[in-house]
Amino acid sequence: MADLALSLAGGEPRPARAAVRKLARHLARILVVVLLGGFLGATLVRVAPGYGVDARELDSRLSAESLRAVRRAAAPREGLLPFYLHFCERLLHGDLGESRLLHMPVRQLVAERFPETAKSVGLGLALAWTAGLGLAAAAVMTCAGGVDLLAGLLASVLVCIPAAVLALLFVIMQAPERLAIGLILFPKVFQYARNLLADAAARPHVLAARARGAAGVRVFLRHILPGAAPQLLALGGVSVSMAFAAAIPVEALCDLPGIGQLAWQAAMGRDLALLVDLTMIVTLLTLLANSAADLAGLGRP
Amino acid sequence: MKTMRAVALVFLAAVLAASIAANWIAPASYARQFRDQPDAAPSAQHLLGTDDLGRDRFSRLLYGTRISLLLAPAAALMSTVLAGAIGGAAGFAGGWIEVCVTAATDLFLSLPWLFLLITVRACLPLNVSPVVSVAITFVLLGCLGWAAAARVVCADVRSFRNSDFVLLARASGAGGARLLMRHLVPNLAPVLAAQFWISIPVFILTEANLGILGLGVAEPLPSWGSLLRELESFSAYSAQPWLFAPLLLLVLTVSSFQIVLHNEEVAG
Repeated sequence: MADLALSLAGGEPRPARAAVRKLARHLARILVVVLLGGFLGATLVRVAPGYGVDARELDSRLSAESLRAVRRAAAPREGLLPFYLHFCERLLHGDLGESRLLHMPVRQLVAERFPETAKSVGLGLALAWTAGLGLAAAAVMTCAGGVDLLAGLLASVLVCIPAAVLALLFVIMQAPERLAIGLILFPKVFQYARNLLADAAARPHVLAARARGAAGVRVFLRHILPGAAPQLLALGGVSVSMAFAAAIPVEALCDLPGIGQLAWQAAMGRDLALLVDLTMIVTLLTLLANSAADLAGLGRP
Repeated sequence: MKTMRAVALVFLAAVLAASIAANWIAPASYARQFRDQPDAAPSAQHLLGTDDLGRDRFSRLLYGTRISLLLAPAAALMSTVLAGAIGGAAGFAGGWIEVCVTAATDLFLSLPWLFLLITVRACLPLNVSPVVSVAITFVLLGCLGWAAAARVVCADVRSFRNSDFVLLARASGAGGARLLMRHLVPNLAPVLAAQFWISIPVFILTEANLGILGLGVAEPLPSWGSLLRELESFSAYSAQPWLFAPLLLLVLTVSSFQIVLHNEEVAG
């Protein structure tokens, strides 16, 4: 990121131009993906069975005339494209609509629940990366295969357990539920990080540094880690997306009032507009995380 | 490593065989309720006890294994065929088709997998018959799981398109269909097979997640996901370790797939 800031600030014209081009490409990609995703989301809402149906139609007290009036009022008046344009127009004005399930503006729901998810996702990512990268580094740097074997075994077992079961196990054991996200992400972070660091450690310049007698920590920090940094940063971006996905079962089953639980409630209550809004918000966040990780790796070898 | 692979393969074969033979092995139907024995502990009659409706857990585990273990490969096949068709067409055609497919793949990969699944699942009717819920769950997995594989296939076809043997074939007058069927598809087979095998454990775990969240296979049909829902009622005080039997089977099955895949990867 510092490299990007330096190149954006002036200094050398070519890297700066390349950085701006890359930034523009990323923004354009995010815009295209969000517009496409919005269109798909609007399509899903518009064509889903039950769109334009009012629950009052099931009220047996209503007369035939009242039922006709209810149906007329609820009937979809616009086609797919006008519906999407209307959807985009509302989004541009910061209006995310209202939740049919919770009878509250989606914006307010997201504002209330997002801090909870941010806390869970942040803690989970911190745990997964500390344990995953730490054990991967230990596995690559130590000559004894014990660390590698044990950490590998732990990761292999955890990767075979569904995220929802891990969340349930945390509830059963009355353990801090937020840490479940960390445990769900740990195997992926460990396995990828271990392979990346092992690849970097086998490069000739690392072997040369070792042959010259450089100490283990120095070799790791000066030669191995920088070599694997771009891929590790990309993995960091991807892990944000995985953490948000893991937040659904964890928050739903551990009763944490965050975005994940809201998405699950919206799915169970078929509040499609709310669900699509949440998916769009999470997609935007993961795209931003991926782009930030990609741009942070800019200029690195 | 070879021994581990052999053990994993034997275990997978045994589980598959037991689930296929569920009609003969299971002591009762998955839906039969022994109303006088709800929540019974394991016994000679009910090897894993009964659930709160008096249904034999062992029978439900066998039938549930059949559904999860047979339909996950079906969904994996569907997603691999889709990935092959979409990625293959994009890589072969190039140009704007490849750009569009890449954008669509980016979109699918940017959406957190579980968010995408529950969004699309919620758009379909939730109150459906058990058989329809099975079809919806696995067709959904098949239809939404193609993106990562399509990207790999697209990259491979692109590299094949520019390779010497394809240029030679073109130079000797081979048309598009012949190039595709005689030169590209046979070379893609190992990639597609790898994507198929990789998808199976992923889909098994995803079905389990959906089932626990109540968005998977509907009752009374059992699947690993719906069987694992019983863990919600597990309490450390009333310790019933046999409730963990579906989890143990699932973990062992997915581990076996991982061992086989890892060995293939090392061998390849």
